[in-house]
Amino acid sequence: MTAPLVEMRNISISFGGVRAVDDVSIDLQPGEVVGLLGHNGAGKSTLIKILSGAYQADKGEILIDGKVADIKSSRDARDHRIETIYQNLALADNLDACANLFLGREMTSMGLLDEPAMEAAARKVIGRLNPNFKKYHAPVSALSGGQRQSVAIARAVHFDARILIMDEPTAALGVQETKMVAELIQQLKREGIGIFLISHDLHDVFDLSDRLSVMKNGKLVGTVRTQDVTKDDVLGMIILGKQPGAAAA
Amino acid sequence: MNSVRSIFSRLEIDERLLGMILCLVGIWIGFHLLSDGRFITPRNLYNLSLQTASVAIMAIGMVLIIIIRQIDLSVGSMLGVTAMIIGVIQTFWLPQILGGGHPLIMVIAVVCGITIGAALGGLNGLMIGYLGVPSFVVTLGGLLIWRGCAWWVTQGQTVAPLDENFTLLGGGVYGTIGETASWICAIVAAVVIAFAAHRRRRRHISFGFPVRPAWAEIAVVVAQCALPLGFAAIMNAYEMPAVAAQKLAEAKGWDIPEGGIHIFMGIPIPVLILVALAIGVSLLLNKTRFGRYVFAMGGNLEAAERAGINVKRMTVWVFVLMGALVGVSAIVASARLQSAGNSIGQLDELRVIAAAVIGGCTLAGGAGTISGAILGAIVIQSLQSGMSLLGYDASLQNIVTGLVLVLAVYIDRLYQQRRPG
Repeated sequence: MTAPLVEMRNISISFGGVRAVDDVSIDLQPGEVVGLLGHNGAGKSTLIKILSGAYQADKGEILIDGKVADIKSSRDARDHRIETIYQNLALADNLDACANLFLGREMTSMGLLDEPAMEAAARKVIGRLNPNFKKYHAPVSALSGGQRQSVAIARAVHFDARILIMDEPTAALGVQETKMVAELIQQLKREGIGIFLISHDLHDVFDLSDRLSVMKNGKLVGTVRTQDVTKDDVLGMIILGKQPGAAAA
Repeated sequence: MNSVRSIFSRLEIDERLLGMILCLVGIWIGFHLLSDGRFITPRNLYNLSLQTASVAIMAIGMVLIIIIRQIDLSVGSMLGVTAMIIGVIQTFWLPQILGGGHPLIMVIAVVCGITIGAALGGLNGLMIGYLGVPSFVVTLGGLLIWRGCAWWVTQGQTVAPLDENFTLLGGGVYGTIGETASWICAIVAAVVIAFAAHRRRRRHISFGFPVRPAWAEIAVVVAQCALPLGFAAIMNAYEMPAVAAQKLAEAKGWDIPEGGIHIFMGIPIPVLILVALAIGVSLLLNKTRFGRYVFAMGGNLEAAERAGINVKRMTVWVFVLMGALVGVSAIVASARLQSAGNSIGQLDELRVIAAAVIGGCTLAGGAGTISGAILGAIVIQSLQSGMSLLGYDASLQNIVTGLVLVLAVYIDRLYQQRRPG
């Protein structure tokens, strides 16, 4: 078996004496979706912010393709082709899909923005993920939640992300929209991209994930294969912090 | 209504801008009728364009400030202190070093004016961007501080007369580019507009994007080209007063034909400065990364930061640009008055903000256009000079300007709410 795409080994971090993350290890294979679950304050967001470069671990190491990676900033994370999609924070509402897709990495020719070239690229990548997407010139505030997610995901994909971190990707979405995001995730898996889904709500991620890692009070309760467990098993892990015995992967 | 809207959408015309232009035309026609035909005349429009220039130049910068969800209340006072300092430099210092009337005096004064303005703006930007003091507070302080400093420069004494070359920048009797150059400018502008539209259309077609129908494209280009050509025609229809023309001809050694010489004014220099700056900053705002980041900061500051944009540094640069434009305004305003007094630019901050807001900037940030702000400045100045033409005093002018400001924003709000999507 090849080395995992990402391996976070024995990660610990403290803030003012509080152990937010305590000796946690998780991993991710190419084309795999791992759901990271836990109550608010369980440490899942802190753990993943270490991967995206927002925090640095006190102890432990991150391996990417089996090699130790030193991630000190979001720029380092980007260099390792790790992209994060935040729930509501990622898009500038007054700009259109193209502008958001290229924000911070615009194409230029002779010092001026090359709008047609960017639009062509945007149509290609967004069209691949979401063939129904039409509103390339409307400000993204006029888009539905699912369409906004399409833009945010396209942004990550276009810049060759291999590791995608999605924070509560379906939390604010309706049934149809959630279905749309689920399809997007399937599409990304087929392209060999590894995805971490962060959520405090089991129902959001259960059907999307290949494996689930559950955290409680800064510690890893366990990692299970979704097909081996029931929702009740996982709820037990989240709420009580108890291992579902034989099902542990 | 729907069919009208569909025509607009096929033409891809900014309805808002068109509404403002119609509004302005209405105001002009109204004043023209009320004043028995004294408003829409070459002479009055020439003066109107001069009076608008200073506020309009600052409004260009205010658009960017408001887009990034900041405000600058100190522009009038910064204009005051900058005008006083360059007044002293060109009237008291430089003549002693270079000798009076030396051509370099104007150049040095202009460079100083822009530099001082940019530095003051940069100071605002540093305090807002890096020290985190709200822009309302920083610039409210600046409003008081720089007005006080404007007084201190000469202990309240008015500086006059300013250098002769310098006062040309204010667009007085000789401060124009003349008849021929005006036509050349207008024709060049029209050619550039047509060429740019053609290039854009070709590029869109090559990428397979939808384009306007050909008739619509041509109609829009013709309308856009009519603007510079029409303006040049009006400015060229304004005849220089006979005495001034006589003096100019004598100074240049031209032959004076029988029955006196007829010279036509042409485009005033401050308007040319305004147009150049408006085009330059519009390009910056709409065609460069810098401009894209300005909009992104107003739309979602956190997203902008996460996208790797250095929002603190951007804030400083936006305020530096504002300051530099205030410097240019200080040059234009003092050159027009041919003197610098410590009250110069007083209350300009309000006119500038009003122009930007009437022109479609929302104080919530993220939206605004430079053409709109300039139109806003023209609307405000039209109201003021129209009312003074009719003999109403300053108090009524202020009341009406204030009402128009509130009404414009209210109408815009109604319009935005009804808009589909």
